Amino acid sequence: MEVTVSTRDSQSEPHGGRVDAPLLQIENLTKVFHIRQGFASQDFHAVDNASIVIDSDKPEIFAVVGESGSGKTTLAKMVLGMESSSEGILRYKNRVINDISRKEMKTWFYREVQPVFQDPFAAFSPLKRIDSYLYETAQNYKMVANKKEAPRYINEVLSEVGLTLAEIAGRYPNELSGGQAQRVAIARALITKPSLIVADEPVSMLDASLRMSIVNMFRKLKEDNNVSVIYITHDLATAYYTGDRIAVMLRGWIVEMGPTERVLGNPLHPYTQNLKTSIPSIKSEEAWDEKIDLAVIETDEYTRTGCKFAGRCPAVMDICHDNVPPSVIHEGRTVKCFLYDETVDPAKKTYLTPAAT
Amino acid sequence: MGTIIETNNLRAYYITKAYGVERTVKAVDDITLRIQEGEVYGIAGESGCGKSTLLRILLGAYQPPLTVVGGEVIYHLDGEEMNAADMSDEQQRDLKWRTISYIPQGSMHVLNPVRRIRDTFHDFISAHRDVTKKESFQLTAEYLRDLGLPEKVMASYPHQLSGGMRQRVTIALATILWPKLIFADEPTTALDVVVQRGVIQMLKDVQQKEGSTLVLITHDIGVHANLADRIGILYAGKLVEESDTKTILESPRHPYTRYLIESLPSLDSREERLAIPGRPPALDRPPSGCRFHERCPLAKDVCKTIEPELIEIEPKHFTACHVVEEELNGGHSVYA
Repeated sequence: MEVTVSTRDSQSEPHGGRVDAPLLQIENLTKVFHIRQGFASQDFHAVDNASIVIDSDKPEIFAVVGESGSGKTTLAKMVLGMESSSEGILRYKNRVINDISRKEMKTWFYREVQPVFQDPFAAFSPLKRIDSYLYETAQNYKMVANKKEAPRYINEVLSEVGLTLAEIAGRYPNELSGGQAQRVAIARALITKPSLIVADEPVSMLDASLRMSIVNMFRKLKEDNNVSVIYITHDLATAYYTGDRIAVMLRGWIVEMGPTERVLGNPLHPYTQNLKTSIPSIKSEEAWDEKIDLAVIETDEYTRTGCKFAGRCPAVMDICHDNVPPSVIHEGRTVKCFLYDETVDPAKKTYLTPAAT
Repeated sequence: MGTIIETNNLRAYYITKAYGVERTVKAVDDITLRIQEGEVYGIAGESGCGKSTLLRILLGAYQPPLTVVGGEVIYHLDGEEMNAADMSDEQQRDLKWRTISYIPQGSMHVLNPVRRIRDTFHDFISAHRDVTKKESFQLTAEYLRDLGLPEKVMASYPHQLSGGMRQRVTIALATILWPKLIFADEPTTALDVVVQRGVIQMLKDVQQKEGSTLVLITHDIGVHANLADRIGILYAGKLVEESDTKTILESPRHPYTRYLIESLPSLDSREERLAIPGRPPALDRPPSGCRFHERCPLAKDVCKTIEPELIEIEPKHFTACHVVEEELNGGHSVYA
């Protein structure tokens, strides 16, 4: 395989990371939580057999969407090394994330991979001046040689997110608006010059009008700074707007994955179709007329045998209730659904009315 | 259908005094509203524009530092005209939940975590009506069935339910006594799209079944588009535009409304969309003249000094903007 080496990777990698390896390699990744109720114990697959590869030669914005409780955040935590994986492969630049030592996590990994969280006011202590986070990060990761250099460097980073040091110097988080505080959170992540940013619902706390300014910034970072972004959200419209590729998650499964324009332009999985039609449209002619079913209790769907969407799926077939659908490649994306599995005997694809949960 | 609730030049400020420094935040400033019986009235705007404060005043659930400094709120209920300021605590308590109800945002904090849903319903119903436990369970079961919620919800604890189901149970709880007037504060914010759709569907059902009036507050224009009959746009404590939903979405006139609608991303195109420049002003020192002039692309000198009046630019479409007014060359004042 021929690999174009970008400037970011052209220096030798001192920590064993390989230049030709994918930036992030996730293969059959699974996270199992055990729930104990009295003496009974139940396994709970928060992320089940997820596979995603992000190449190192071309930065991209990879969107992960799905409803609450679909395993998006668990996936992010594993990528950030905050949660260990139960099974499968999880490598960053060819290094197994679970095996990186604590010291190297600090000196190398977190310099490369940085998080941005949902609520900027929860991420910053209300008792600390907000610029102190920027100074500390710059010094801890030795991005500046000495204290005198720090302001100049920080100002440079802040200009990437459309702020200046003068605007935020000495101010406490409550003195900033939600959009500004989130920009500072992103600036803090940018200080180490990371190759990958994991943004978990970075705009859900913000107004629709402010969302665009944050999302536009991710686009700019990708283009100008070669930063790849894993953009986790339940907001399909911004995912479509920014994402190069998209993965749709449902109860731990990736049910559909591929180029955003294909997946959201013409969704194949019934769940993705359901998601797409549920975006409230501002056009009066697109108002909803049919009704939809919702999951009653989340754990019921998680522990379902067969397809996890079978209880709500409008196209459910007999086979879906007892068998796990395979991931098949169809029309340029992977989709986990029996409808597109050509190995199944068409005679078995009989339709039923959805069974009650 | 007459007016069910009206406000006349309502002003409500947060007045705080600390260490001898007085600070006045003008969260609701000179708002005149007429909400019709049986309609869904949407209130939209960015965070910090006074949406929730307005709702609190309309609901009569406020305490210092929030103070009504001018204007009035008048309810038209059961053929009577009641001024909210003249009502005794007892009268207010009597109205609440039975006639005027409120759907809050954080459903997790509303339901009692250590009681089953049916017991929470019983607590609620028995506080307003003389019912036995059996009767209230029956009433609850019937109502939940009507709304299409599964029966096993009744015996569950709140933490067992999904976020969307919890929000729908909260809506059912707030409306089980068939209130005439329902206020909803960001009922779908923080829910994902599928669940949001289920919640909107249910709000519509509840509202249509009894023909109640729903006042809906959210910053999500998409939710308004699917639910509201009329929309009022708030900016920095002022009503800047008001019309029926279709007009607001398809031919908005106020530059702020235009920004709000144009900045929404959609699945139609991936072209770059611009966010609204700047941010809402601090309301303790609101800008002079038109409060939007600092962010407005059309601002003229007159906007910096003189406050625009809300005028009717076409039947039932009101806008407060000098530029629009000039274009029209003479409209007449609203509600005159």
